[in-house]
This record gives sequence, structure tokens and C-alpha cells, in this order.
Amino acid sequence: MPENWPLARRCRALAERSAIFSRVRSFFQEKGYLEVETPFRIPAPAPEAQIDAIPAAGWFLQTSPELCMKRMLAAGYPRIFQICRCWREGERGTRHLGEFTMLEWYRAEADYLFLMEETEALVTAAASTPKLCYRGLSIDLSLPWERITVADAFELHAGTSVSEALEAGTFDELMVEHIEPQMGIARPTFLYDYPASCSALARLKKSDPTVAERFELYIGGLEIANAFSELTDPVEQRSRFEAEASERASLGKLPYPMPEKFLSALTRMPDASGIALGLDRLVMVLLDAGSIDEVVAFTPEEL
Amino acid sequence: MYTAADLRKGLKIAIDNEPYIITAFDFAKPGKGQALYRTKLKNMITGSTLDRTYRSGETFEPANLDDRKMQYLYKEDDHYCFMDNDTFEQIHINEAALGDAKNYLIDNLAVEVLIFREKAIGVDVPNFVNLRVTQTDPWVKGDTSGSDSKPATLETGYVLRVPPFIEEGELITIDTRTGEYSTRVKG
Repeated sequence: MPENWPLARRCRALAERSAIFSRVRSFFQEKGYLEVETPFRIPAPAPEAQIDAIPAAGWFLQTSPELCMKRMLAAGYPRIFQICRCWREGERGTRHLGEFTMLEWYRAEADYLFLMEETEALVTAAASTPKLCYRGLSIDLSLPWERITVADAFELHAGTSVSEALEAGTFDELMVEHIEPQMGIARPTFLYDYPASCSALARLKKSDPTVAERFELYIGGLEIANAFSELTDPVEQRSRFEAEASERASLGKLPYPMPEKFLSALTRMPDASGIALGLDRLVMVLLDAGSIDEVVAFTPEEL
Repeated sequence: MYTAADLRKGLKIAIDNEPYIITAFDFAKPGKGQALYRTKLKNMITGSTLDRTYRSGETFEPANLDDRKMQYLYKEDDHYCFMDNDTFEQIHINEAALGDAKNYLIDNLAVEVLIFREKAIGVDVPNFVNLRVTQTDPWVKGDTSGSDSKPATLETGYVLRVPPFIEEGELITIDTRTGEYSTRVKG
């Protein structure tokens, strides 16, 4: 009998995980997406105030393949997807691993509303069942999924407005304590139109420039994916990066070099949308796992 | 001093000069937002609980507790009796104050009794303790239910999930920090 029981008992979860990954790959191949690989170790991650990269021999481990994949979009690859490891310093909990598996895909000439529909189709294909049981919830995957703006969610669940929350500096706490637990309960929920200040790489909405065309997918209160219509204006992008970089500096965080090659590629990037989906978390909801530890072979503590 | 990154289940911190133990902990980070550390805290004197969310950068003082090495003797009603090995002094602690530690108390177990203002308010047990399985269903070879664990009752009355190959009467090691099965004691 195997004595490493924590590893041995994950046998079924890991087999399911492998099957889910196969269905995800088939989904994209059938839709004409090219599977790509970009380097894990990069010289300049996107300067985002709250995402911390791990230094690696003078460069950094990627926190997301976003910048390299957008350079591919700009170079003429209109539909690409990637399944890869990403690293984020200091993130560990029942829903976080410092090293985790990301699915990202990018599509030229599409906006975030298109991506909502494509995400519905992808998750449905990955699930291969019309109803999920997750943490005692029965979650109906049939369409349409719920869509609610961040502004409406704050009014409904947090009892305050987004602007008041931002001003009071309680946006993140209210999100975690009052809004996220209500998202994706009866069916998956797209929470969309985030405040412009929470969206460093997203395009602002033409009809309301106080919000960005960004959404997050929630299932059973768990954040699964983050997407947006991509910002393609290099001047605007540089000034947002500078703002994020100065916030990093004011928080005493490690500075990153400005990603100059990405910024110069932006001038040639078509209109596009992109999405980052946490595959470990998708496996969690599909397998009714209470902790991310249950869906990976090794946690950092077990190494 | 602790930082928010040190917070974890079982850590004891001081709030308003009173000792609190973290009974539940999770890390949260809303998309693109800041890291948040969500805790459930129990006041180790009054037993009252509260939910607190902390941000990275916040700092905490350790709970100001003394500890005395003692051994567990016996249980009487809802009190547990411990003895100081040097002075033979005996003290009683009630079940509620022990929390999860009561699941691991077997005769003569060496523990650290936590003292606050000269009053015993809890105990720390070793990270790993060996306990005997008193009840568990036999594993049927070729079981097709696909179950990868089964319930087992230990000599303290504690019930947990164990691998299917564990049999009644076996001695197993429990990780008291998680309350989970760790390994089988070869014997």
C-alpha cells in the first residue's frame, strides 16, 4: 500500500484534471486557435500594483503570459491560447498557490462581450455535465448565465456605491466579504464593467469612460477568470504603467523595468480581447474540491 | 512581532491586550486587488469569536502567554486534568477552552499549558501525536465505489478520514495542526 497517502488519494482528481485539460485543448483546436508557448522567465512583467513577480536570475518568473501573447497578436497571430505555469509571490490559501496553471486566450477583432459567450461555451465543454454540485450548491450551467455590473453588485450586496467604496479604500474588502460570496450561486455569474482604476490593461468603455470593459467569471463564489477588451493605445498604456509603477514604489515593492518591446508592439496590435482563466480553480469547481491542494499533485509544503 | 503573512490557523495574537487564537484562516485576493487575510478569532479568555480581515503590511503582537510543561491525566465531566511534572500541582481546564486539542489528549501526553494572568486558558499539544483506531469499517478488496478514504474513530473519540487500508487497532499519526491523518505507525 502506498504510504504517501495525500499524493496517492489524488489519483482520481488528477485523472479528471487531465481529462478536463484534454477537453479544453480540443475546444480551442476546433475553433481554430493556435496553441502557443511563451517563455516563463521574462525581463519585464506588466507593472501592476498588486501582482508581485518572483525574481529569477536577474529576470522574473511570469505572473501571466499576457505581454508575450499580445506581442504575438500584434505580429499577426489572430487566435492563440496557452496553458502554462504562472508564479505570484506570497499568494497561498485554499484558493491560491504561488505556482499555478493558467489558461489564457486572445482573439483579434473581438470584444469582452464576445469573450463572455466564448467562456460560457468553453466551461460548458470542459464540464461535460449540465449541472454542477459544488460545496453544497447546485449550479445550473444552462444559458444564459447571470451578468451583473460591478456598480449594481455593490448597490445590491455591499449596501454602498462603488465610488464611495473606492473613496473609503474599502473596495477590496467589500468585494471579498460581501460580493464574491454571492456570485455564481444558482448559475455562473459574469461580474463586469470594473472601475477604470482597477483595470491597468483594459480598454475604457466608450459610453462610460469611468469603467473599463473588463469582466470576471465567478462560479460558486470562486473567481475563475478575468477578461477584458484590450487597451491598444501605447501612449495611454505607458501612462497607466507609470501610475501602477509609482504605486508599487509607494508600497515599497520591487520595481520592474518598463516593458518597452510590448509597448512598441501595441502600436501594431489589432482590436482584441483576452482572458486569463485559473485552470486549477476550474478543476476545483468541476470536482467539488474544497481546496486547491486537492487538484494538484504537489503543494509547495509537500516538496 | 508577526506580519499579516505569518497569520495561520492556530496562531495566537494579542488584540487589545487579550489573547486570541486564529480558529480559521484564508488568503483572499479579489482580481487585480490587494492581498487580504481573513481570520476567525477566538478570545482565549471569554471564548467569544470575531471575524477580522487584515491587509498585508499590518503587524501583530504575539499573545502574552506563559507556558508550563505538564502532562494530561484524566477527564472528569467537562473538565480535563493536567499535572505539573516537577511540582505535582494539578490544574483543571474546561472542554471549551481546549478547543481541538481535546481530540488528541491521551493519558500522560506531554502538553504545554498556556497561562494568562496566572490562569490556565488552553493547551498546546505536540504537532504530531500517535493515536489508536478503535473503530473503522474493513476495506473490501475490489471495492468499486471509488472511495479513497473512510471514517475512523480514534481512542479519544475523534473521528477523521483515513486511507482505506487502515484497520481497527492500528496506531496512526495525526498532524494536530490540520487534524488530518499523517501516516501509519509501523509496529
